[in-house]
Amino acid sequence: MDLLDRKKAIPILIGDNKRFLIISGLAGPAKDIGFLTQESPNTFLFGGAMGGALPTSLGLALSRPKEKVLCVSGDGDILMSMGCLATIAITKPKNLIIICVDNASYLETGGQISHTGLGVNLDMIAKGCGFPITHKIVTEDELLKGKQILDYNVDGPVFILLKVSKSNPPKYSRNWNAAEEKLKFKKNLIN
Amino acid sequence: MKNWQNLLYQTLKNDGIKIFSYVPDAGHKILIDNATKDDSVLAIPLTSEGEGIGIAAGSYLGGSKAVLLMQSSGVGNCINQLSLIKHGQFPFFTIVTMRGEFGEGNPWQFAMGEAVIPTLNSMGVSCIKIEKEEDVESTIKAALTMVFKSERSVAILLSQKLIGAKIF
Repeated sequence: MDLLDRKKAIPILIGDNKRFLIISGLAGPAKDIGFLTQESPNTFLFGGAMGGALPTSLGLALSRPKEKVLCVSGDGDILMSMGCLATIAITKPKNLIIICVDNASYLETGGQISHTGLGVNLDMIAKGCGFPITHKIVTEDELLKGKQILDYNVDGPVFILLKVSKSNPPKYSRNWNAAEEKLKFKKNLIN
Repeated sequence: MKNWQNLLYQTLKNDGIKIFSYVPDAGHKILIDNATKDDSVLAIPLTSEGEGIGIAAGSYLGGSKAVLLMQSSGVGNCINQLSLIKHGQFPFFTIVTMRGEFGEGNPWQFAMGEAVIPTLNSMGVSCIKIEKEEDVESTIKAALTMVFKSERSVAILLSQKLIGAKIF
C-alpha cells in the first residue's frame, strides 16, 4: 500500500489553519506549514534549535489556554525531544495538538533512515507517556478520522502520527529571521 | 526554612512569573516547593533542561513570563536550544544553582561548573552571580528588569557560597 503524500495529506488534516496557533518544527514541516499558511501571523516556523518545537508549543499552549495550539513537526525533531512528550503528558494542556509528520527519514540531510523507520512507534510512546488521545494515520480513512479529532473540541493533549511517503514537501521560500517572525506572531495576539 | 529562598520566590511571583520549569536540584528545593504548592503558578518538571528554553520562548509568544530553574550541570543540556533565544532575540530568564566551585566535594561537577559562564556568554546569556544573602532580592529584581523590560537573556548563578556546598 502506498503511503500518503504530505503535500495532499497535511492540508486535509489541518483544514482551516486560521483556527490554530501553529508552531512548526524545522526542515520539512516548516515548508509544509509555510506553504499552507504563507506564514500568516498565527504561525511560527523553526529553522534550527532542533528539538525545540515541542517545548515551545507547550509554553504557548499553557499561556493561551483558550486557543488551540498546533505543533507540526517531523519524526527527527520529535525523536530529539522525546522527553518533552513525557513533560507534555504530565502537564496536560487540553488545547495542544501535536502532528508528527513521520517520513521515517532525515530528508533534509540526504534521506538517512530515522529510528521510526527502524521500528520506533512515536504514537505508542506518546500513549505510554499518558497522552489521553493518540491516533496513527496510514490510510485515507485514518486521515479523515484525524481531521475529526482536530475539528471537534476534544480535550488534549492529542498526538497524531501522520505516516507519509518520502516525497518532498512543497517548495517554499520562507522568512529565516526568527526575531521578525516572533514580533509578527506577538503583534497578532495583541490585536 | 531559609528566608532568602522564600524571599526569592516572592520576588519572582510579584514580578508576574507564571511558569516555573525545572529539573530538581537541592539548592532549588524551597523555590520548587513554593511553586508546586501555589495554585496561581505552574510548576513544570522537565526531563532535561533544554525543554525549559522552548517553554520560556513559547510562554513569551503567548504573553506569559517563565523562569527555568536548574543546576549548573544542566546548562550544558541547553546550549543548542539557546539558538532560539539568541537568534530570535527572545527574553530568557534562568536561575542556576552552582556546583563545581566553592567547596565542591564531587570532582565530576567541576567540568560543567567551570564551563557555565563561558558557554552561556557565548550563547548571548549574561551571567550575574550571587554570593551573599543580602544581595538576593536586589539582584533578582535587576535581572527581572533586564529580561522582561529590556528583553535580554540573563542567568542568575546562585553560588555555593550562598547555598552551601553539598556534603560528601
